Amino acid sequence: MSSLTSPDSVPIDPAHPVRSYPRFIWWGLGEATNGSLLFYTWMFVLTAIALVGANAWAVQVSEGMIVTNMTDHVSWGLYIANFTFMVGVAAGGVMMVIPAYLYHDKKMHDVVIIGEILAISAIVMCLLFVVVDLGRPERFWHLIPGIGRFNWPMSMLTWDVIVLNGYLLLNLHICGYLLYMRFLNRQPNPKWYVPFVMISIFWAISIHTITAFLYCGLGGRPFWNTALLAPRFLASAFVAGPAFILILFSILKNVVGQRLEDAPARLLINIIRVTIVVNLLMVVSEVFTEFYTGGSHTASAHYLFLGLHGHYALVPWIWTAMIFNIVAAGLFLSPLVLKRERVLVFACILAFIGAWIEKGMGLIVPGFIPSTLHEIVEYTPSLVEWKVSAGIWAFGLMVLTVLLKMAISVYRQSPAPATESTR
Amino acid sequence: MSNEPANSDGPTNSSGKQTPDSDQNLLPILGQPTSRRTALKAAGAALGLAAFGKAVSPLMVIPENVSVDEFLQRHYKELTDEDKQKIFTRMEKETKESYGAEVSISDPQPIPGVRYGYAISLSKCNGNGKCMEACHEENNHHRGVDQSYIRILEMPKGTMDMEQGNTTYDHTVPQDDKFYMPVQCQQCDNPPCVTVCPVEATWKEDDGIVVVDYNWCIGCRYCEAACPYHARRFNWEQPEIPAEEVNPDQGYLSNRIRPQGTMEKCHFCLHRTREGRLPACLEACPTGARVFGDLNDPESPINYVLQNKRVFVLKEELGTQPSFFYFFD
Ligand code: SF4
Ligand code: SF4
Repeated sequence: MSSLTSPDSVPIDPAHPVRSYPRFIWWGLGEATNGSLLFYTWMFVLTAIALVGANAWAVQVSEGMIVTNMTDHVSWGLYIANFTFMVGVAAGGVMMVIPAYLYHDKKMHDVVIIGEILAISAIVMCLLFVVVDLGRPERFWHLIPGIGRFNWPMSMLTWDVIVLNGYLLLNLHICGYLLYMRFLNRQPNPKWYVPFVMISIFWAISIHTITAFLYCGLGGRPFWNTALLAPRFLASAFVAGPAFILILFSILKNVVGQRLEDAPARLLINIIRVTIVVNLLMVVSEVFTEFYTGGSHTASAHYLFLGLHGHYALVPWIWTAMIFNIVAAGLFLSPLVLKRERVLVFACILAFIGAWIEKGMGLIVPGFIPSTLHEIVEYTPSLVEWKVSAGIWAFGLMVLTVLLKMAISVYRQSPAPATESTR
Repeated sequence: MSNEPANSDGPTNSSGKQTPDSDQNLLPILGQPTSRRTALKAAGAALGLAAFGKAVSPLMVIPENVSVDEFLQRHYKELTDEDKQKIFTRMEKETKESYGAEVSISDPQPIPGVRYGYAISLSKCNGNGKCMEACHEENNHHRGVDQSYIRILEMPKGTMDMEQGNTTYDHTVPQDDKFYMPVQCQQCDNPPCVTVCPVEATWKEDDGIVVVDYNWCIGCRYCEAACPYHARRFNWEQPEIPAEEVNPDQGYLSNRIRPQGTMEKCHFCLHRTREGRLPACLEACPTGARVFGDLNDPESPINYVLQNKRVFVLKEELGTQPSFFYFFD
């Protein structure tokens, strides 16, 4: 592999740039696997968890989905719950793009890269969560248009496959292109990324809307069959995505000293401020319609919030989520989040976990309880499901870490890109 | 992958010392004696790969259980008669190997012009559950679970609200203040389960029966979430049936033993009904509550019911348009 151009010669000798994109990636991967002891420990722990997850999944494939606690009554569980939530994080991550490009807020450009990196890792996790939920993963090729039989446009799941993969490609392109140009110390050509950035804004909304349609299109499930589902999804995505980015920057600052400037941070906080309130408002209106009128449509909501006929497995979960969301909203609305980073990080963590419960277990599971024939069969994830999910989270964090390291290497390599001057 | 960049810095490494700061922080890989870090990375990668291989080793059952032919098998609708013959022979052999039972797999086609309908008299049904047992046996269900395509709701008189119903009663039947409502696949004319399937593994046949290609289904269970009648069942594990209990009269799209990880459902016993026989649940019903027949045939018993009884369908408001009716005598 002597063909790999020595990376550090590149910015200095423009006549001899790394012309090949694959080589740039190669170099980046090399960079990303160097680090301190802390980094290696972190990656080692993640690898260990991911391996435990891989093993649990392999057991699940060989012995059947019986090792999960899902049943014919509750046929989707922790995996699809996590999938739904991660779609939100992916969409929310890229929403930083709006201020950056629509309002030409230059300070946001660096955040955009981070948001897109977050989106890439989140989508990778989404795809994994779908794969582990399949009863016959070796038949995944049936889903590939052209080779398999693709029930498009009728099935919302085929739409989801398209938009998720498209979103992944879009973000890989934008991220890769901007970083590569910066690495070469060249001005990125707007033609090659601005249109894609614009598309990705709409695309981010579409991945979320379509994931909501996956559920709210099912007439037999009154709990999901509400027009408010898609907007509620979006609102909590705008909370979870930026909250994660703020947490990430706090970690980056402490670990590698990469600071988020004040203006972008303030903007992220403001986004959360608005959407967390909008989200709560929508929850309240939904709860009101459910409970004020009553009737059989209320059964699932009743089960979720108060328990039904002596079954109340989800009640502690949803109230935890409610309390987290309300406390987080209170913190975000107070000026403290701007002044004290600890408060900010704490509020972000609360909001993130709150959204995870609410959009995951609090949304998927009650859709199945009571069942369409009004039987109540409860669901608690099995150990295998927890292991597989933890494994995917660990793998997602590994992807995130590696991509972030690549990006940071590029930034340090070319600290003053030509980009800033004109755009 | 981590060891690869390291390979490359041998020859080109000499140029890697231009700016002092880049040397230390940015490109430690180039500034250090390569051999140690490279070796460590290579060792790490090798260890990681080995551990990964070990972790996923239970997957090795896939090549054992899924032959290349099965893996590459096309969707039912793309199979020629010749393909089908080969596949059925293979499946018969596999059933012999794994269940020790001689079976024959057939593929009866819809009879042109026929459209099936099913009706149940709520006045006659007394909740004895014989239909469920017959379904269980006819369809080679996993013996480990109390499985059937039929569920019987015991409902208090005076309500159609399923929330008042109960499917898990074990007292003597009938109870005086109760009535009984069996629910199975309604073979909807506008079936949500078919609409949502991402790979067209389930579809509606010309005679109105909604079927599943068990060898095409990827097991996403979206159809199970979509069906408003709880009519779909998933094979959470490989069914176990003693050889002597296996029903040898099997249809490719109906009661052959389903593979693990795929969806199944009531198919109006199409391996029987398409050959002029009646569904197993109907034959087993001691009260005569069940009526089956061709909706297109004015003389059929089902048409008699539709014309002369007060008939209704379940969850009509959902627009699924069932071919399954309920009536009172
Ligand atoms: S009852 Fe359910 S499984 Fe049967 S056709 Fe209708 S939606 Fe499909
Ligand atoms: S479980 Fe099978 S039949 Fe049902 S929607 Fe998924 S692929 Fe289609």
